Amino acid sequence: MLSHERNFTRSELLAVMTARMLEDGKTIFVGVGLPMLAAALAQRLHAPNITIIFEGGVIAPEIKPGMLPLSTNEVRAARKAVMLPSIDDVFFYQQRGYIDYGILGAAQIDKYGNINTSVIGDYEKPRVRLPGSGGANDIASTCSRVIVSTFHEKRRFVERVDFITSPGYLHGGNTRREAGLIFGGPYKVVTDLAIMGFDEESKAMRVEAVYRGVRIEEVLENMGFRPIIPDEVGEIEPPTDEELKILRSIDPDRVMLR
Amino acid sequence: MRWNVDVRTFREWAERKDKSPTPKLMSLDEAVKRFLRNGAVVAIGGCLYSRTPMAAVHEIIRQGFRELTIVRNLAGFETDLLLVSGCLRRLITSWCSPGYAWGMSRVLRHYVENALAEFEEWSHLGIGLRLKAAAMGVPFLPTFSMLGSSIMERLGIAEMTCPYSGEKLALVPALYPDVAIIHANRADAYGNIQIDGYTHMDKDMAQAARHVIATVEEVVDGDEIRRSAERTIIPFFCVDAVVELPFGAYPSECWGRYEADFSHIASYQQRVDERGIEGARSYVSENITGVSSFMEFLSKVGVEQLLGRVRAFRNVVA
Repeated sequence: MLSHERNFTRSELLAVMTARMLEDGKTIFVGVGLPMLAAALAQRLHAPNITIIFEGGVIAPEIKPGMLPLSTNEVRAARKAVMLPSIDDVFFYQQRGYIDYGILGAAQIDKYGNINTSVIGDYEKPRVRLPGSGGANDIASTCSRVIVSTFHEKRRFVERVDFITSPGYLHGGNTRREAGLIFGGPYKVVTDLAIMGFDEESKAMRVEAVYRGVRIEEVLENMGFRPIIPDEVGEIEPPTDEELKILRSIDPDRVMLR
Repeated sequence: MRWNVDVRTFREWAERKDKSPTPKLMSLDEAVKRFLRNGAVVAIGGCLYSRTPMAAVHEIIRQGFRELTIVRNLAGFETDLLLVSGCLRRLITSWCSPGYAWGMSRVLRHYVENALAEFEEWSHLGIGLRLKAAAMGVPFLPTFSMLGSSIMERLGIAEMTCPYSGEKLALVPALYPDVAIIHANRADAYGNIQIDGYTHMDKDMAQAARHVIATVEEVVDGDEIRRSAERTIIPFFCVDAVVELPFGAYPSECWGRYEADFSHIASYQQRVDERGIEGARSYVSENITGVSSFMEFLSKVGVEQLLGRVRAFRNVVA
């Protein structure tokens, strides 16, 4: 996408494209930041009946524009919720099969959709100690469908993650199932350049569509591994004025649209 | 064996514990002195900046305990303070950051990247199941979480094939803290504890630990607890100390009372951004070791600021 045609930021683009992935009537496990904005945006557009679930123990909160929570376990996150279960219970609903989508970010993601949010470099004496799993491992392990929403950058898309915090398809093929993860797995990877999925057999990442104006070379240049490029790559329309207007109204102070 | 899941010993300990309904009101100073020791495994209740027992964290720092293992499902600002005060040797958690607005903790990075403190990472449910197993009095609980991950590999978590279903499961070992410290809305003098809003992992943590110190916004009459028994989540026989401490979670929030004070945490972060570890230490010396009690700290914060957080809470739920 040529920059002079754009009337939106990378964060806005990522939030809108993630929102479009969410199906109405489903339960969505989201964290703070862009995933939360995406879910709140989807609720105001095509998916009024999605249920937001927060890790801190919240079912069906109403996100009030301009009063966004900074964590998933504070008063603001619980606004008008129907239930405040214990944290364990939230994950038990998920393990039981009641949570349809989970949205995760990634410091590093590899070609099989494994995510690292723990350490860069050696584990005992890391070059960078990252915050850690939180609920990301649990979401990646037992949520029905995981959407990874992250910026398309070479340092993030690596051949092999330094540490598998949150399992994708592990070493590809059937290895996820063999490890005992009998359900779920990464469903889509949404970036600010493209939408990617995973090959049914090899479970390697595959480009499915690029945003209008994005060249496939641009997608590849910003990745540390080569994803599968099918013969036909779809093209996706940029954010509409309506999407952007509503998104901006949810976060008028740009707390999360940084 | 790496994990102490000796359920018999922990059970015998609980069997011997005095379970008579006796009043347990005491000062925070006394409670911390009586139940903590150097090298203890201390579970901290609440979650990130919700109902963090900050007054007790201050007291631990003031009393200068060393080599503590801190257990907290999502660790935040309080972990920085314990690290720079030299109290914390090992952190058992699933995640540690001062919060979304500030990204990674520079303090945590310094300590872990230089191997000055250990970071034992589990998944969020992993921490929950460790405490739940102990709370249930069983040595482990099974889950699908963590299977196939480096977390499982690093920790050496055992797996088994279920004899009934044939499914593979990760077996999460019980974690029995020496002390659990929680901040709650109210309790009676005997330690029947009620929490409003989020319960996080406090119930299991209290049930799992050998000793429980509860700081509460208010101590109420036993009859008031009996009139609302459905809200009691920790019974008196689990609890060793009850300390009345309004605003005892500040600057984190307490449901029903006050919202977190992000401006206070931001001012701490600014010190860290400007001066790193020394900035964090200056916060500790001014606000914790340089004052005689949590009440003195709250006085420094000021009535206006505290009441502002009370109004902010009402505004959110309105």
